[in-house]
Amino acid sequence: MYLIADIVISIVLVIGGFFIFVGSFGLAKLPDTMRRLHGPTKATTLGVGSILIASMLYFLIGQGNLSFHELLVTIFLFLTAPVSANVIAKAYLRKNGDGKSDADAERRTPAEKAAPVR
Amino acid sequence: MTATILPHPLLSLAVFVVWILLSNHVSVGVFVLAAVIAVAVPSMTAVYWPGRPSVRRPMVILEYAAIVLYDIVVSNIEVAKLVLFRRGDSLNSTFITVPLDLESPEAVTVLAGTITMTPGTLTADYDHEGHTLMVHCLNLKDEAEAVAQIKQRYESRLLRIFQ
Repeated sequence: MYLIADIVISIVLVIGGFFIFVGSFGLAKLPDTMRRLHGPTKATTLGVGSILIASMLYFLIGQGNLSFHELLVTIFLFLTAPVSANVIAKAYLRKNGDGKSDADAERRTPAEKAAPVR
Repeated sequence: MTATILPHPLLSLAVFVVWILLSNHVSVGVFVLAAVIAVAVPSMTAVYWPGRPSVRRPMVILEYAAIVLYDIVVSNIEVAKLVLFRRGDSLNSTFITVPLDLESPEAVTVLAGTITMTPGTLTADYDHEGHTLMVHCLNLKDEAEAVAQIKQRYESRLLRIFQ
């Protein structure tokens, strides 16, 4: 029984770690500010969520008490992640002129996209 | 009477529940303190939140939460694939404009937050005059389709909840 629980918790932890890694990797890899924002806002949500589920399972099965702190962490994360992403996006837009010219700058022609730029 | 003591009854209820969850055990002292904070915090912050949003149809809220949770899982896998297997420059990232039917600021806030948390999209800005949201897509396939998906999947349900 405890062995099965340990295996399940381990799997959930590994999944969480994987998604947090992907989020951070996206932040480092993607080429510009707006694209970089996508990694940490989304991939990290599921990553942190999985780790919180693992934490709840551990305390429920291992110590027999149900902890609600993880639920609160999830709620606070859902409230704060969009706000911080929005603030960074707004700062980016302000620095790079108004939205319309910026959208035009990002909308590249197919030929430019096909070019092997690294 | 209730307007002066409890300017936001739902906020008071939320603060009450969150405080009890934070303390993680149940006793009379915790309930009293939770009640005091649930009354004090909304009345102190009422100045900054003048509107009183009407929230209806709890079943639709549950449905909305379930859809958003499902989309978050799907979007994480999608974004993970894009990050790991595509070169950053090959992604068709662009801004799209989503016209809004929602009226209340609370509803727009929920929609903007949802867009940020779900598949490959991120709310960048809110245009007050044009009443539109500016959304950044990580890998856009079809602009009309992306806008229609946001409007059908999220906005139609928020309209039913908030109006």
